[in-house]
Amino acid sequence: MSDRMIVIGGGLVGAAVAFGAAREGLGVCVLDQGDSAFRASRGNFGLVWVSSKGAEMPRYAAWSRDALKLWPDLQRELQELTGVDSGLRQVGGFWLGFSDKEMKARYELLSGISRAVDGIPFRMMEPSELRHYLPGLGPKVAGGSFCELDGDANPLMLLRALHSGLIEKGADIVSNVDVVQVRYDQSNGVFEAVAADGQRWQAERLVLAAGLGNARLAPQVGLQAPVKPSRGQVLITERLQPFLHYPMNKLRQTVEGSVQIGSSSEDVGFDDGTTPDVIEWQVKRAVAAFPALAKARLVRAWGALRPLAPDAYPIYEESESCPGAFVVTSHSGVTLAAAHCYVIGPWAAGLSQTPPDFADFSAERFRDPNKSFSHAH
Amino acid sequence: MNVETTDLAIIGAGPAGLAAACEARTLGLSVTVLDEQSAVGGQIYRNVVSAPRARSAILGPDYSAGAELVSAFASSGALHLDSAVVWNVATDGTIDYIREGRTRKLSGKYVLLASGAMERPFPIEGWTLPGVMGAGAAQILLKSAGALPREPVVLAGCGPLLYLLGWQYLRAGARIAALVDTTATSDYVRASRHLMGALRSWKELRKGLGLIAALRRSNIALYSGCSDLRAEGTCKVEALAFRQDGRSVRIPTSLLLVHQGVVPNTQLSWSVKAEHRWNKAQLCWEPVTDIWGRLGETALYVAGDSRSIVGAQASAVQGRLAALSIGNRLGVLPDITIRAAPYLESLKRYTAIRPFLDALYRPKDENRVPVSDKVVVCRCEEVTAGQIRRFVGLGCQGPNQTKAFGRCGMGPCQGRFCGLTVTETIARERQLEPADVGYYRIRPPIKPVLLGDFVE
Amino acid sequence: MLTEPLFSIPASEGRETVTIIFDDQAVTAPAGISVAAALLVAGASDFRTSIVGHEPRAPYCMMGVCFECLVEIDGVPARQSCLVPVKDGMIVRRQQGAVSLPDSEIGDGR
Ligand SMILES: Cc1cc2nc3c(=O)[nH]c(=O)nc-3n(C[C@H](O)[C@H](O)[C@H](O)COP(=O)(O)OP(=O)(O)OC[C@H]3O[C@@H](n4cnc5c(N)ncnc54)[C@H](O)[C@@H]3O)c2cc1C
Ligand SMILES: Cc1cc2nc3c(=O)[nH]c(=O)nc-3n(C[C@H](O)[C@H](O)[C@H](O)COP(=O)(O)OP(=O)(O)OC[C@H]3O[C@@H](n4cnc5c(N)ncnc54)[C@H](O)[C@@H]3O)c2cc1C
Ligand code: FES
Repeated sequence: MSDRMIVIGGGLVGAAVAFGAAREGLGVCVLDQGDSAFRASRGNFGLVWVSSKGAEMPRYAAWSRDALKLWPDLQRELQELTGVDSGLRQVGGFWLGFSDKEMKARYELLSGISRAVDGIPFRMMEPSELRHYLPGLGPKVAGGSFCELDGDANPLMLLRALHSGLIEKGADIVSNVDVVQVRYDQSNGVFEAVAADGQRWQAERLVLAAGLGNARLAPQVGLQAPVKPSRGQVLITERLQPFLHYPMNKLRQTVEGSVQIGSSSEDVGFDDGTTPDVIEWQVKRAVAAFPALAKARLVRAWGALRPLAPDAYPIYEESESCPGAFVVTSHSGVTLAAAHCYVIGPWAAGLSQTPPDFADFSAERFRDPNKSFSHAH
Repeated sequence: MNVETTDLAIIGAGPAGLAAACEARTLGLSVTVLDEQSAVGGQIYRNVVSAPRARSAILGPDYSAGAELVSAFASSGALHLDSAVVWNVATDGTIDYIREGRTRKLSGKYVLLASGAMERPFPIEGWTLPGVMGAGAAQILLKSAGALPREPVVLAGCGPLLYLLGWQYLRAGARIAALVDTTATSDYVRASRHLMGALRSWKELRKGLGLIAALRRSNIALYSGCSDLRAEGTCKVEALAFRQDGRSVRIPTSLLLVHQGVVPNTQLSWSVKAEHRWNKAQLCWEPVTDIWGRLGETALYVAGDSRSIVGAQASAVQGRLAALSIGNRLGVLPDITIRAAPYLESLKRYTAIRPFLDALYRPKDENRVPVSDKVVVCRCEEVTAGQIRRFVGLGCQGPNQTKAFGRCGMGPCQGRFCGLTVTETIARERQLEPADVGYYRIRPPIKPVLLGDFVE
Repeated sequence: MLTEPLFSIPASEGRETVTIIFDDQAVTAPAGISVAAALLVAGASDFRTSIVGHEPRAPYCMMGVCFECLVEIDGVPARQSCLVPVKDGMIVRRQQGAVSLPDSEIGDGR
């Protein structure tokens, strides 16, 4: 018997969509690469974040906002099903500014979004007020903003929980598979995925959630995913006693106690290495924010590649020429996990209608030759 | 940041690094040697210059031989940066290191990685208890501080270093409660095939046999062919329990020194994404180099035990060969063959004994891949063998995925102490070769760095 | 807390000594040895408690690879005591679980 749905990619996006379909009872098969694949899901910063998202695309801001509301359900469901805690913490989050200029730009950005979309509140704060929440803030901090919706999670535990959940729901996860071809047989409406080693899988529905791999696969089934890698370097310290009780956009203390310092945005192709100058720059900024960090130790730095569309917004689309094939690609796979699971999952499974205003997320937007993109994600 | 430059930068001041420095200096190259220790000598010649005479006598002639190399180095004109912790190396020869509380850069036209070996982890039940240490660690205490066990000590495992330490302890008058050897009769049978080859290193062979004979004569309790080793105790080690010839034995002790060989310290070569191969005889990874030690088309060379376990003498020769090749590339030694020939010859002689030693002292499967699910594999994050096996059940194909799922390898030792165990455990579970399972993606910093060291 | 030491240095080694303070106790050690060696010879049976299981831990490798010997030295946490030579007057502390950054600099929580 063939599965009903093939999902290519077992990262946060693929696993969330697959889980969303599997929990509805669909037979799902997830195809994923091996131990050392490019995997944004294993190298990201873990924020569950809405502020500053979607300045040029209100639909995206609203989508992120709604995703945050769904997150507690996902956290609970996965915890009950698998015993794995995804570490969701929705206590509000901060952004820190180091100059008046940065503060002003931030205010303009956030108030613009707030005007365009309901329900994304924010507050600008003076250092004195910030210190109330973040004692230990250094003298170089000029101020900050706070959004009560923001928070964080443990992306690695989320990935593990989704994989465990998939297994619980009877899905197949096949690893060490490099899918090189996907095709659609119009005569019987069956999709086939072919791996480099010749293995094949067939199903009635196909979800492309292969991160950077989508760029190559999407055109084979009448879709587009012009994603390119954007490297982020992230640093992490040894475990420390808890002292940061709120996440910040570039600094957060994980539940295990380590402090993550992130993330650069670099256009360096498929190089997921690290560079001493970026490490140094990020450390300096973190120590400027919290001088006590000077006594913490950096244990690891890594680079990870974001699968980024030209405008940094998600691409969600069903193929017109090959109905039943979907492309799902998004930066912010942690933030959007619950929406990918509860909204995209059933949609891709054919169990629900296309969500409202989803045309905004179609790759059609990149076909306009008069449009150029800058990504301010 | 201002960047110092040098013809050859060497990481590690053990026999490989020191010999390379001396050789490179004879070619007129400028040389800088960095080592995180406060004195040169590496592991084998630790403290060799300042050790009191009585201590050197206990440690034996192989140790004292290091004094010559160390003094040649001291007068070679090479620059030695002590207490310098290298945290990043790039394939173009740029090094980032911490010294005196801040990060600095050094740019070598070529860089020699000579970071040596570490003792192979010995993951058995109870190995995290205070009072369980590596035999090499105890030897370091002897070399660097003259420290000896106060109470009768138990030595367990296999390999030359274990017997050497036993012999050194006997000479120093320390008491040995028991030597619990995991080597079995079948190991002697397997090794005997390599005996002819080993005879080319007859000096080494004779030395080794001499050590074992001395231990046998000494009346200490010797157990051989032992299995099921387990350290017992609650807050610290109280006894070693094991099985021999079908019976259970328990030897009370407050100090258990374990050892099952040394393995290359490959953090640096992994960190530059060099190709590594799994050495099936030595059961460890080693970087793939050309005969001079060069890593692919990079500015980096590797010599000594961090390239492959070859011992101190061969390490030094590898260091010299790397220096010659670098001299050749820099144009100061147009014809390398004449100078290299005697070194290549002696390298063969020194390494001839290895297949024999590798076969005889092959660490037991059960002491590399824990049988009990309870055994802690990752000491830092306290991840057990059972957890690793469960993650494999969830679909993890290799160490990077088990790491993401369970934090195994994320602690301050950065995977040094669990990496081999994790690779082999996954390989066993998936019925693959370790080569097919792979290793951690090692990333900078090579050693943890204080954030404050980045800030002026 | 110090107990019966596992190692001792024979008197014949007779050398210049230094004094360091370990968890408020004075410890005398030969100059030039590592802090870890000094503590072992003084009878420190554990150096820290582990971060996850809060179990006692002590040096395992003595050569800078296992990170079991981490202690606070002169106010800097998580130093590898097997790589740091003793100096007269050094103040050394055990580490309980994860490193805590100095209270004075981070305030007292929320
Ligand atoms: C440095 C950094 C920081 C980030 N911070 C955040 C954050 O704070 N919050 C947030 O929400 N998001 C963050 N992100 C983004 C987030 O990580 C990504 O949006 C998310 O992980 C994308 O998931 P994915 O499954 O699409 O891609 P990936 O995780 O890259 O997974 C793609 C999967 O597809 C598989 N694959 C690819 N090609 C093939 C093929 N041909 N055949 C079979 N399998 C294939 C790969 O093996 C991989 O497992 C960050 C990203 C980075 C890099
Ligand atoms: C604990 C131990 C005890 C041993 N005792 C003996 C013995 O008694 N007899 C014997 O024949 N063989 C012994 N060996 C084997 C012996 O160490 C090797 O055969 C020989 O020393 C290898 O020389 P090397 O130059 O390759 O490396 P080493 O002598 O190990 O030198 C490597 C040096 O690199 C430095 N280093 C590593 N990483 C970094 C970094 N990131 N930054 C800065 N510096 C760094 C280390 O501090 C070290 O000094 C022992 C091995 C170990 C591990
Ligand atoms: S004892 Fe292993 S790092 Fe110090």
